[in-house]
Amino acid sequence: MSTERIAAAEVARWRARLPRAFAPAPAVRVARVLAWAAFLGWLGAVLWWFDITPARLWRGLSGLFTIIRLMIPPSPGAQWADILKGLAQSVAMAFLGSFAAMVLAVPLGFLGARNVVVNLLAHFSIRRVFDGLRGMDQLIWALAFVRAVGLGPLAGVLAIMAAEVAVLAKLFAEAIENADPGQGEAVVAVGGHPLLRLRYGLLPQVLPVMLAQFLYAVESNTRSASILGVVGAGGIGLQIAERIKVRYWDEVLFIILLILAMVAAIDFISARIRRRLIG
Amino acid sequence: MTPPFETAWQIRRRARLLAGLGWGGVLLACLLLSAWVSEAYPAALLAGLPRVGEYFAKLVPTLHWATLFGGTKAEGSLAYWFYRLDSWAWLLFETSQMAALATLGGAVGGLLLCFPAAANLAPNRAVYLLCRRLLELFRSVPDLVYALILVWAFGVGPLAGILAIGLHTVGATGKLFAEVVENADMQPWEGVRAAGGTWLHGVRFAILPQVLPNFLSYTLLRFEINVRGATVIGFVGAGGIGQELYQVISFNYYEEISAIVLLIVLVVAAIDLASERLRGWAAGQGTP
Repeated sequence: MSTERIAAAEVARWRARLPRAFAPAPAVRVARVLAWAAFLGWLGAVLWWFDITPARLWRGLSGLFTIIRLMIPPSPGAQWADILKGLAQSVAMAFLGSFAAMVLAVPLGFLGARNVVVNLLAHFSIRRVFDGLRGMDQLIWALAFVRAVGLGPLAGVLAIMAAEVAVLAKLFAEAIENADPGQGEAVVAVGGHPLLRLRYGLLPQVLPVMLAQFLYAVESNTRSASILGVVGAGGIGLQIAERIKVRYWDEVLFIILLILAMVAAIDFISARIRRRLIG
Repeated sequence: MTPPFETAWQIRRRARLLAGLGWGGVLLACLLLSAWVSEAYPAALLAGLPRVGEYFAKLVPTLHWATLFGGTKAEGSLAYWFYRLDSWAWLLFETSQMAALATLGGAVGGLLLCFPAAANLAPNRAVYLLCRRLLELFRSVPDLVYALILVWAFGVGPLAGILAIGLHTVGATGKLFAEVVENADMQPWEGVRAAGGTWLHGVRFAILPQVLPNFLSYTLLRFEINVRGATVIGFVGAGGIGQELYQVISFNYYEEISAIVLLIVLVVAAIDLASERLRGWAAGQGTP
């Protein structure tokens, strides 16, 4: 099979007949150029503002390279017991904080559900409060609770609980809103009490969703519980921050690897339980 | 005589009850163990919870109706509460720009790594596994830990924070991008390759036009997360409003704490709303 080349004159003729097939309209082209110029202008301004220069990046990278070289090989150091205790504390904080959050979030979830609290204004304002609370990072809560109840894992538990309540309440409210009303109506139709309606009409539908969300919360909080110690709220974060302060880089890498292993283990266990419970 | 249905039901009911009690016992044991490990003893809780109440009560500013809209000198006015609004607003702007730059840098990194990390485009298995592991490594270390380390290498200031958030973003966006690429339609790719295009031509002309709207939407979602992250990255000296917040919390300047936190919540909510709109627009940009 031979391919015929298209003559240049032919291309030029088609270009004249259908200019849009070859290039976008001039207005679009101008808009694109302006958008790129605005983007590059912003980029230049921000880079200048934060004083990000190749020389500074290079110096930082060489410092980073030294740190990485000091990290290898990772070593546990002398305080094995402290590191293991920190890891256990992180997991315990995540579990207890998530559980307390779930207990508090169930009634709040009912309050935030549109089919339970029918008043539109109340529904809207409750949801906005949840949204606002979610805008606060867990570390802010941790720092506040450290000032309130002192250094230690208790502050971390409370911080995880406070930050997670708003998240779980929103998810629970959505689960309750999405439940099929027919089952509850059936319970009422055969003469069931409103409480029985909740127990047999609603709970069987929302419980698996709530349990799954709780397990996800434990997973994500195990990740965040590993850094809460940086502000003094207990867990492995305290160990890592202390070692970074005195520049024991090999021990820092060792702890980072342990955190990764811990997170992977919790993810694995949680996935197993989820499959078992929800099927 | 009990009918067989009744007995079968009784047996089933008893089994379910026992299973429920068993799981409940395991849960209770886990709770008690974790309460013991995390030092949440009843005595500590009883002593601590009232102090939590006191602390949060102190954060509520004293506002008086009479002087509510008075100037910065009038005690009990909004202006008195937010007396350093100008410097806080500037710090919040800095925080948002840090998040934007970090998201941009991280998304570019993710974009470069996602094509070799997608099973359908990877040139060979070794490259695929290498890129996947690399993305996992970037993703699984929290940005605050990166910041703690990078502050030593790059010095105190926004640069360390931007790089820390950016590194984490490379891993987080790269994984999502790779999954989008794996779900892309491969027929355009085969067309480009059959017409003699190189691997790069295929990525540019067959895959990128399909996946770009999704990439944009994931990047915006990541930007929302990074704004939250950037508000606290200053706790370890990596720039933004966090440094200021850390100081006012450490010095117990109660009313300033609530003012800054309220500003953070408002800015985060505003950015979320704007980004949600943009995401809706980006989703509509896909192939009709």
